[in-house]
Amino acid sequence: MSSVEQVLKSPLHCWHGKSGGKMVDFAGWSMPIQYSSIVQEHNQTRNAIGLFDVSHMGRLWFSGADVESALDALTTRRIAGVAGGKIRYSLLTNDEGGILDDVLVYHLTGIDSQPFYMMVVNASNRAKIVAWLTEKFGDAAALEDRTAATAMIAVQGPKANAEVVKLTDLDPASLGNYEGATTMIGDVEVIVSRTGYTGEDGCELIVPAENATQIWEQLVELAGAVGGGVCGLAARDTLRLEAAMPLYGHELSEGINAAQASLGFAINTKGRQFPGKKAILAARKNESLRVRVGFVLEGKRAARENVPVVVDGNVVGKVTSGTFGPTVAKSISMGYIDRQYGEPGTQVQFDIRGKIHDGVVVELPFYKREA
Amino acid sequence: MALANTGISNERRGVKIVSVENYLFAESHEWAHVTDEGGDKVATVGISAHAVEALTDLVYMELPEVGSSVTAGESFGEVESVKATSDMYSPVDGEVIAVNSALPESLETLNDDPYSQGWIIKVKLSSEDSLAKLLDHAAYEKMCNEG
Repeated sequence: MSSVEQVLKSPLHCWHGKSGGKMVDFAGWSMPIQYSSIVQEHNQTRNAIGLFDVSHMGRLWFSGADVESALDALTTRRIAGVAGGKIRYSLLTNDEGGILDDVLVYHLTGIDSQPFYMMVVNASNRAKIVAWLTEKFGDAAALEDRTAATAMIAVQGPKANAEVVKLTDLDPASLGNYEGATTMIGDVEVIVSRTGYTGEDGCELIVPAENATQIWEQLVELAGAVGGGVCGLAARDTLRLEAAMPLYGHELSEGINAAQASLGFAINTKGRQFPGKKAILAARKNESLRVRVGFVLEGKRAARENVPVVVDGNVVGKVTSGTFGPTVAKSISMGYIDRQYGEPGTQVQFDIRGKIHDGVVVELPFYKREA
Repeated sequence: MALANTGISNERRGVKIVSVENYLFAESHEWAHVTDEGGDKVATVGISAHAVEALTDLVYMELPEVGSSVTAGESFGEVESVKATSDMYSPVDGEVIAVNSALPESLETLNDDPYSQGWIIKVKLSSEDSLAKLLDHAAYEKMCNEG
């Protein structure tokens, strides 16, 4: 074994290199940050189709007779009893209620009609979560990490599903939001889910690594014909920020209790047990803990990660991500703030490199697509 | 300024052609054009076409005050892009005698004409020592293409 850590590469790595992708290291992976202009990539996703290689995300398959209850014992959101075809956003928490990861749990039916569970985890947390799940499962369930054997492609935007259906046997638009299914692209079995990280309609495909480039190239051609195209991680970040979706390592971390993250919909405590449940219930009542909110700044200056949030000269919070939002055309941020200042409409200030800028706490999300 | 990635081709379309033969460039991608104005040496300072291309999606620029002093290698202002906030480092020592105050509201100028209309500040030089550390255009282009 080499002591030098190898940079991981997506099955689409060669394509990105040949196609003008600016490659950067992201969570140990070499991934495209952008191909052209971030704003152009952002806008094509809002208006037509954005294609994203998200193969760095971890993809774990589960097996075992007790897998449903084994998973349910570890997720903040109820997994037991969730119907086949459904996908649940959930948190994984440690005994202190700190957030280990935010994940999607898929309960799907294979082409062979057999039900199965899988999970998509963050690239930066994959090794940690694989070890944690393996230990917690014991003999109750088994885990197979198929990240390297597969690729994951997000096809996002108002025109996404209508183009994907030209390749897939199943129409992604026939799925409800946060539903998925196995289907065929030619003679290749793939997973299609009506999920994403942009605030747009669309779907995500999980495909065998060896077929990834061929499928990607077909999608590039289809998207290009309707005003869409490929996007890098930078546009993915501005899109998810406008949609107020949290990003692990920024809005979420082990140092943040799940109760602080304004993700109440993903925490089901009634009649359930999972790591950190007690600590999460206690944190909900702890007025001294900060909560996640959104901010809009006056002007075009962006309040980015670690910018202090100030009221009356006192630091009352901290920004976790921020940018100038191309669609909302405002300087937007998310962060954590002392609870008494968390109400939308509260005037706050930001200390950006020693200069004070005015802003306000706002309702999330910053951007919501028209239904 | 610190450019995380300089992997973008320097070949750009639509850029106004300005002779930059007499321009000097910092490795941090700022340029200085030194002229003689009534006995004073004055440097007009901006950022290179390569920097504009690499930053992409500029949204805002923070300029210094007229009358403030700048030091070679130290930040004289910031440029905000969708992706990041970047310092602009002064290539020269001296006093700011003019700023292009129209520029922050029309940053697209930098895409079209980074070497004349896209000037950022004018500095009356207090010393010419820093000029020796700057690159001529050919050396700067070579650095970008090798980077």
